[in-house]
Amino acid sequence: MQVLMALLLAAFALAVPAAAETIYVSNEQDNTVAVVDGATMTLLATIDVGRRPRGLALSTDNKMLFVAEGDDNRIDVVDVTKRQLVGQLPSGADPEFFAVHPDGKRLFVANENDNLVSVVDIAAAKVIGTVDVGVEPEGMAASADGRYVACTSETTSMVHLIDAGTLELVDNLLVDTRPRATLFSPDGKQLWVSSEIRGTVTVFDTATHAQTGKIEFAVPGIRREGVQAVGMEMSRDGATAYVALGPANRVAEVDVKTLAVRRLYLVGQRPWHVALSADQRRLVSANGNSGDISFIDLENQEVVKSLPVGRGPWGVVIGP
Amino acid sequence: MRLMLALLYLLSIAGLGAAEEQTMVIGYIGQQRKPALPLGPLDEAVADDGLQGARLGIADDDSTGRFLGQKFRLEERILAPAEAPADAVRQFADAGIAFVIADLDAGQLLQASAAPGAERMTLLNSRAPDDALRQQNCRRNVLHTIPSRAMLADGLAQYLVWKRWRRWFLLVGPHPQDQAMAAAFRRAAARFGAEITTDQPWTFRPANGRADTGHVTLQTEIPAVTQVSDYDVLVVADEADEFGAYLEGRTALPRIVAGTQGLVATGWSAVSEEWGATQLQDRFHRQAGRWMLPSDYAAWLAVRSIGEAATRLHSLDTAAIGKYIRGDAFLLAGFKGQGLTFRAWDGQMRQPILIAGPRLLISSSPQPGFLHQRTPLDTLGIDLEESTCKF
Repeated sequence: MQVLMALLLAAFALAVPAAAETIYVSNEQDNTVAVVDGATMTLLATIDVGRRPRGLALSTDNKMLFVAEGDDNRIDVVDVTKRQLVGQLPSGADPEFFAVHPDGKRLFVANENDNLVSVVDIAAAKVIGTVDVGVEPEGMAASADGRYVACTSETTSMVHLIDAGTLELVDNLLVDTRPRATLFSPDGKQLWVSSEIRGTVTVFDTATHAQTGKIEFAVPGIRREGVQAVGMEMSRDGATAYVALGPANRVAEVDVKTLAVRRLYLVGQRPWHVALSADQRRLVSANGNSGDISFIDLENQEVVKSLPVGRGPWGVVIGP
Repeated sequence: MRLMLALLYLLSIAGLGAAEEQTMVIGYIGQQRKPALPLGPLDEAVADDGLQGARLGIADDDSTGRFLGQKFRLEERILAPAEAPADAVRQFADAGIAFVIADLDAGQLLQASAAPGAERMTLLNSRAPDDALRQQNCRRNVLHTIPSRAMLADGLAQYLVWKRWRRWFLLVGPHPQDQAMAAAFRRAAARFGAEITTDQPWTFRPANGRADTGHVTLQTEIPAVTQVSDYDVLVVADEADEFGAYLEGRTALPRIVAGTQGLVATGWSAVSEEWGATQLQDRFHRQAGRWMLPSDYAAWLAVRSIGEAATRLHSLDTAAIGKYIRGDAFLLAGFKGQGLTFRAWDGQMRQPILIAGPRLLISSSPQPGFLHQRTPLDTLGIDLEESTCKF
C-alpha cells in the first residue's frame, strides 16, 4: 500500500513538471523578494531583504539566493527552502548586478558608484579582489567555461572583458550609449550587450572581439527614444534570445542566427529583466512600473498571465 | 657622434609622445557673480556653480578616455566683474582650444561669440536661458546645453495642463530676467491651453523674512498681494529668488505655487535620482561637497558632449568632433531617461524638463499626450517652424 502511494505520488509529480519551478523577483521599491509558484502562477511568499534589491541569482547548487542590496552595500543570502535570510556577503559599494561564477565559489559584483568590479569569495564571505572598470558598472556575465567575466559600464559606454583567473582586463569594447545587460551565448562564442539609450543590442565574437552584428528594435506606434534595450536571456540551445525593451512595454524574441526580431510580446510596464524556465517553454518578465510579472507561454506565443508581486519589480530568476 | 646620439634621443622621445595618449584641452569661461542673498537658513551659499559641473564632466570624459588613449583637461578662466571676455577668448584661441564652456550671462556670451578667435571655436552656453540667444541673437558658433526659458515654461505648462490646473495667476518680479520668464510663461499658456486670469507685477521691496518676527510681516503682506479673483495655481517669475519662496503657505486662497519657486521647472535638481541619476549626484557631491545645480548640470552636459563625440569617433580631431556633435548620430546619455541631441535650427540641446518639489521629483516633461511629428522633446521650447534663427 505504501509503495502504491509512493508510486502514485511520483506519477502525479511527473504529470505536472512545472510544479517544481519557483520564481524569485526583487522588488526594488519594497525592499522585498517575491517568491512565486511556477505551476499555479501565484504568490507564495514575500521575503524582507535589504534596501533597494535589484540583481539576484541562485547559487550553482540552487540552494541559496543571492540578492544585491544597492543601498545597504551588501549581498543578502536567502535560504530558498526556509525562505528566509540566512546571511550576508560583502559586495563593495552600491552593488547593482552580479554574476555567479560557474565555479560556484565566487561572485563578480558591479559596484555602480565606485567604477569597480568586486570579486567575492562566497564561503569566506570576503572581497578577494577588485577590477577597475569604466564609470557606472552595471551588467555582469560569466562565460560558461568560467574563463571570462564581462561587465558593462553605463557612462563609459563599454563592455569590459575580464580574465576571471588573473582579474586583468582583457579588452574594453565600445558599445552603444548607456549599456545595461550583457550575456555570453551558451557556447561562449558570442557576447551580447544591450544599450538602453540607443535601444540596440550589439553582438561580438568572443574569439576576435570584433563586432559581428547589431539588433535594432522597431515597435509599432512607439518612437525610437521610447524603445530601450535592457535585460536579456538566451535559450540553452543558443537559438533564441529575449530582450526586455523597457518603456516600450515589450519583450522581443530574437533569432540568434539571423539576429532578426521574430516577434514582440506586450507585457507590463517597463520590463527590466527576463528569465527562462528550465524547460525553456516559458519566459517571465519583471515589470518595474506596473508592479507585476508577465508569464509568456513561448510555445503558444502569448502572454498568459500578469501577477502583481510588489512595487518596482526589477530582477527575476527561476529555480527548482 | 654625440650630437647624433642626442638627435636620436630627441627623435625617440618625439616618437614616444606620438604613441602615448593624446590630450584635449577644453576651455571654461566663468564670471565672478555677486553671491545671491540666502533666503532661508538651509540655503547653501555657492561660489563655484557651473565650474564644478565642468570639472566632473572632465573626470567622466577621462574615465572613458583612459581606455581609448584620450585625456581631457579643463583650462579655467574666471572673468572679474565687468571684465570683457575678449582676452580670454583670444588666449584660448592662441592655445588652439576649439571648445569653450561659456558659463556666461547673455551679454557676455554674445561678446565672447563675436571676439576675435571665436569664429574658430564652438562655445557651449551652460548658463544663459535667454530665448533671444536661440532666436534673433543665435550664433553659428554657439550651442546651448542650458534649457531656454521657453523650454522651462513649456515643461511646467504641460504638467499643469495635464493636472487640469489651467487658470494661472502670474506674479512677475521686477528684473528684466523676470519679465523674460513671464513672457515665456505667457507663451506657454497660449500654446498649451492655459489661461492667465491675473497677470501682475510684484511691487514690494524684497523683504527679509529672516529678521526676528519676519514671518509676521509676511503673514500680513502676502495675503494682501495675492488677493485676486479665483485661479488654480500661482505661477511666479522670480529668477533671483527674492520673494517667490515667501508665497507658499501664505496666499490668500489655498493654492499651490509653481514656476521659479514651489514646483520648479528646471533642467536639473538635486532631488532627481531616477534614470540612474543617483550615481551622478553622488559623484558630484563627493567632488564638490554640495548638491549639483542646473548650471553645473549644463556645464557637465557640455563637457560630456565633447567627450561622447571623441569616444564615438576614436579621435580628438576638433573639426570632426564639432561636426559629429551637430549631426544625427550624436546621442548623449544625460540621466533623464532618454538620449539628448542638439537642434539643428538653433543649437539648443533637446532635453526633458524636471518638475521638482523641495524634497522629491514631482514629474518630468514632456507629459504623456503632448505629441509631436518628430520627437516629443520638440514640444518644449522653440520649434523648427517657429524659429527665427538664421546662422
